[in-house]
Amino acid sequence: MSHSVPSRPQMDVQVERKFVPKQKDLGADVTWAKINKDVLRSLEKPRPVFWVIFFSALALFSFGVYCEVYQYQNGMGVSDLNNPQVWGLYIATFIFWIGMGHSGTLLSALLHIIHADWRKPIYRYSEAMTTFTLLTAALFVLVHMGRLWQFYYVVAYPNERWTWPNFTSPLVWDATAIGTYLTSSLLFLYMGMIPDLAICRDNARGARRALYRFLSMGWQGTDRQWANFKVAYMTMACFLMPLAVSVHSIVSTDFAVSQNPGWHVTSFPPYFVLGALYSGCSGIITLFIVLRYVFRFEAYMTQPILNKLIKMTFAIAMVWTYLDLIEYATTWYGSDEVAKADLVYRATGDYALQFWGMIFCAMVMPFTLLIRFVRHNYTTLLIISLILNVGMWLERFQIITPTFAKSHYPWTWTAGWWPSWVQWGIVAGSFGWFTMLFMLYCKIFPSVSMYEVKEMVHEQNMEEKAHATQVEVHEAGLLPEMKGGQA
Amino acid sequence: MKKSHTLALYADMDEAANAIRELKSSGVSGFRMEDVVVKSPIDHPELSELLGPRPVYIQWFTLLGVLLGPTTGLVLIASAQASFIYQIRGGRPVVPLPPDMVLTYELFILSGVLMTVLATFVAMKLPGNRSPLYNASVSADKIGILVKADPQSIPQINEILGRHKPLEIMGDQAR
Repeated sequence: MSHSVPSRPQMDVQVERKFVPKQKDLGADVTWAKINKDVLRSLEKPRPVFWVIFFSALALFSFGVYCEVYQYQNGMGVSDLNNPQVWGLYIATFIFWIGMGHSGTLLSALLHIIHADWRKPIYRYSEAMTTFTLLTAALFVLVHMGRLWQFYYVVAYPNERWTWPNFTSPLVWDATAIGTYLTSSLLFLYMGMIPDLAICRDNARGARRALYRFLSMGWQGTDRQWANFKVAYMTMACFLMPLAVSVHSIVSTDFAVSQNPGWHVTSFPPYFVLGALYSGCSGIITLFIVLRYVFRFEAYMTQPILNKLIKMTFAIAMVWTYLDLIEYATTWYGSDEVAKADLVYRATGDYALQFWGMIFCAMVMPFTLLIRFVRHNYTTLLIISLILNVGMWLERFQIITPTFAKSHYPWTWTAGWWPSWVQWGIVAGSFGWFTMLFMLYCKIFPSVSMYEVKEMVHEQNMEEKAHATQVEVHEAGLLPEMKGGQA
Repeated sequence: MKKSHTLALYADMDEAANAIRELKSSGVSGFRMEDVVVKSPIDHPELSELLGPRPVYIQWFTLLGVLLGPTTGLVLIASAQASFIYQIRGGRPVVPLPPDMVLTYELFILSGVLMTVLATFVAMKLPGNRSPLYNASVSADKIGILVKADPQSIPQINEILGRHKPLEIMGDQAR
């Protein structure tokens, strides 16, 4: 019969499927008290490898300082920066660090607005990453100036003839946007930390207690404080979303509003924003794996959360790849012959290795994220995430150097130009500086948001309760029917 | 009349909710529901709902920030540009509005954020001193109900709070 009632076993299968619980982001053994205990322990006793990382970073930073002092004493000549190669690794790395900082706050704000709970154990260190990458990027503005004693040149103020800087210059926009982003990100990070600083205050002793007491400002967790806090935090997240997009769009205008071949491209702003998100997401994966091990955060930085992060990184990588290919296609099919020659030069000239390295690391390697083994093997994933960021650094290098090497005027060509060891040393030092600051932050401040993870646990428990009630109601409704059927 | 305080600590949110419900419906004189404060490690909208409306005014300060910031910013930028009118602009406007919008936009965000933060600290009464009845366990895993009332009402309030399995009830002397 075509309209026959489904047999009993089929109905059972449907009922079971309806109540299959989805994989939880946190384990069932995570309790509020355990969260406090684990996170506070991370401030006191990380694994010994923490000190290995910290002192390696310090050594790298010291070498960078040595290179900077050498450049300061001997002049910019030692960096091999000269016309037309005036930016070199300094500005390429500046853009890399700005981009790296893009994801932390942006993703934290975006995921907060859309109530994506899985952000909660990982957003704090991502925001800290943003703050320290911006501070690292700011160093390159000074390093690139050469004349450090005239650092105030970068501040927008009028000269003795009352002439102001050119407010229509993308460089002034850039400085303002980055300043706004740094201020807002820092406040967003601090604001989100206040309830956790109060927990630290209640459990610390000595100098730490004094520090936390000062920073927590007397937070008590009253209902009025929470109500105001929630509104303020959401409002700030709403501001930070468009701000983050505007910052990297503005960084792209440093290039796109110029007439240089390879830069005068309409798609540069979204291309830069996506590139920044991409490298930032890879950075978050790297730090996820490092912090998970160093600070024993296995219970909070879980595989389901990592899977979501990886999926998001892959999606962003694909959009970035699309925009990159669009940029090449626009140039290839366009009528600007110099830009076309620049594209061919990038792919086949002196910097072809960097170009194809970028293609391999940033466009091909993301596909490995589709392999289950890669997603579940943390060592492999750590290496892959680093490779992705090497690709993104190469991307910044090959935006700047080939264009300066072969621009409009043949008499300015410097084909085969290569940065000096001083530049490499300062770039390496910047990685040491970032790692050192970041690890120090994680040692002093809670890098996992305790109160938000508690919210997550609370919601998970509520869901479980609701689920249990639903099952009870369902069974209560279904059982008599089943009994009747069997009878 | 000087008021006294009492603080009850609960391990279970449902019990804390029941205590608030009973306090609300008890008709005990000498305290108002506005003087009942819940202290907890996370935000509990369920409990806040029982306490009654707790208005938040931060967004008005944010609005003020996003109106004042870009206006002031644009005026400052435009006046700086206009103060140097002898520069050679090649026929372009001395005060070019489209590119000035970039900085105006950044100032819109910056002033909005700064006003929000400022208003938040004012609304949360931070920096401030913790109440003498603060208990560190409310930042860990307990829920505290703090009631400010006339000293003669405190025993009745404590009785109500005590009916819902509190871990502890603490009180201060009349202040």
